[in-house]
Amino acid sequence: MDQLIAFFNEHLLMLYLLLFTIILGFEIIAKVPTVLHTPLMSGANAISGVVIIGGILLVKQAAADDWLLLAGGSIAIVLGMINVVGGFAVTDRMLDMFKKKKS
Amino acid sequence: MLGAVINLAYLLGALAFVLGLRRLSSPDTAKRGNRLAAIGMGIAIVATLLTPGGNGTLIWILSAMLIGALIGWRAATKVEMTAMPQLVSIFNGLGGASAVVLGGLELYRIVGGAQSVSTNEILILLLTLFIGGVAFTGSILAYLKLDGKVWDETITLPRHSLINGIFLLGLVAFMAYLCLFPAQLTTGVLVLFTVLTLIYGLSFVAPIGGADMPVVISLLNSFTGLSAAAAGLIYGNQIMLVGGILVGASGTILTVLMCNAMNRSLFNVLIGGFSASGGASKTASGDQNVIEVGLSDLAIQMYYSKKVMVVPGYGLAVAQAQKACKELDELLEANQVEVKYAIHPVAGRMPGHMNVLLAEVDIPYNKLLDLEEANAEFKDTDVVIVVGANDVVNPSAEDDPGSSIYGMPVLQVWNAKQVIVLKRSMRPGYAGIQNPLFFHEKTKMLFGDAKDSLQKLVSEVKNQ
Repeated sequence: MDQLIAFFNEHLLMLYLLLFTIILGFEIIAKVPTVLHTPLMSGANAISGVVIIGGILLVKQAAADDWLLLAGGSIAIVLGMINVVGGFAVTDRMLDMFKKKKS
Repeated sequence: MLGAVINLAYLLGALAFVLGLRRLSSPDTAKRGNRLAAIGMGIAIVATLLTPGGNGTLIWILSAMLIGALIGWRAATKVEMTAMPQLVSIFNGLGGASAVVLGGLELYRIVGGAQSVSTNEILILLLTLFIGGVAFTGSILAYLKLDGKVWDETITLPRHSLINGIFLLGLVAFMAYLCLFPAQLTTGVLVLFTVLTLIYGLSFVAPIGGADMPVVISLLNSFTGLSAAAAGLIYGNQIMLVGGILVGASGTILTVLMCNAMNRSLFNVLIGGFSASGGASKTASGDQNVIEVGLSDLAIQMYYSKKVMVVPGYGLAVAQAQKACKELDELLEANQVEVKYAIHPVAGRMPGHMNVLLAEVDIPYNKLLDLEEANAEFKDTDVVIVVGANDVVNPSAEDDPGSSIYGMPVLQVWNAKQVIVLKRSMRPGYAGIQNPLFFHEKTKMLFGDAKDSLQKLVSEVKNQ
């Protein structure tokens, strides 16, 4: 319990951020027309690739001879990067189609 | 100084995510929104690379990034547009896998005693591993199902929802145990927990099938976001937290919106709802007759009608029939026939799936009607052509309380003067129930592959 209270006090600003971001996420999405659901899901999916940042930080902290962390972290980076680049690229391709028909 | 620059970069990145998602919500700004979010990600990644320390390992990071970028780019630019839902699913799975690797490695460091650690950190790491793991194997199974590689149908053990419930409780208890007794966390236990998590991901998605896949992908997408956010807590990294939570929240809302469109609860979808009921349906009488329509008759009928409504479904996507559809549209419009498209919110495999496919062949926006608009217009429609759709035009949803899809909003095509159903065979749709529309007095069937039938129809119309 003491640990929980300490955690709460220590990370208070982080928890505020958490709370407001959740509300923000709900509010942004509530107004989306159905046609954009697929591109939106795809774009949000690309953003979830932000986990790659963790991979970079992990490899940065690893010692130069800690092969497990280096290799594992690199795998995390490769996977995250596929998610990021592929996600944004495929969303862009989807949205290209919406563009064309407007003109 | 450098620290301030990095923090500022993260702030800008987070801002770009928020504004990008917001712009993705409107057709006019969507493209810019996506690019803005991508720029935000770029800024965040560069800022992370500039973080002090670990210069000796930079080569690992950069080569890993290059490999990932190449694979991602190639997959995204090469894939057919019809295979898009699968691709989004697999991308999502890889993001989840990335979180699993991260959580696993950080926990492994704890096991190795490399750093002292608090209960909260263990809990957060276990959550990263757990949520990411479910997103990983769940998404991969969703991909395999959508791609028709493994099981096309739902897979269930007896009392599957009960088993899944107990499984989940067991994993939660496992996590609680490890938090209370961190000393018990050995490499073996860590591997066991990871394996169980991955199996749970498969079991979670296993009973869910066909038309419900978009809901699941959306849900798994929000899981990946949450696991990224949890990892962000560990690294004290705000942009991971903001990005992850944004995706977690938006994915949840999107999931709920999709369920609403089907008039079902999320719970109902997750237990693989359709299979549970529907026994008492009145459509059991098997010897009803369907009437087939001749191609040339249909061509004449369409050519001389005032208004034709096309109802596209998954069959259109599978057969890649959108081009033939556009051709038919142009021929009819040239003869002053009004052609419109009735898009059910859950037609296809993802919301908006049909819109994207039709947009691919330059069918204008204003021709696509949503559920309410279409239902208001069926009355003055001469011919409705149902291309590879089934459950979304099933009248049982309105008049048969015994039917398992009773209550789902459907396109009331039977209000039109004539309904033509293009279908491969009499096989039932995803819901596995018979469709009385096929036996309706106004309905005629045209059997065959959707693309094939439409192409034949196009040449028949050309002969008029």
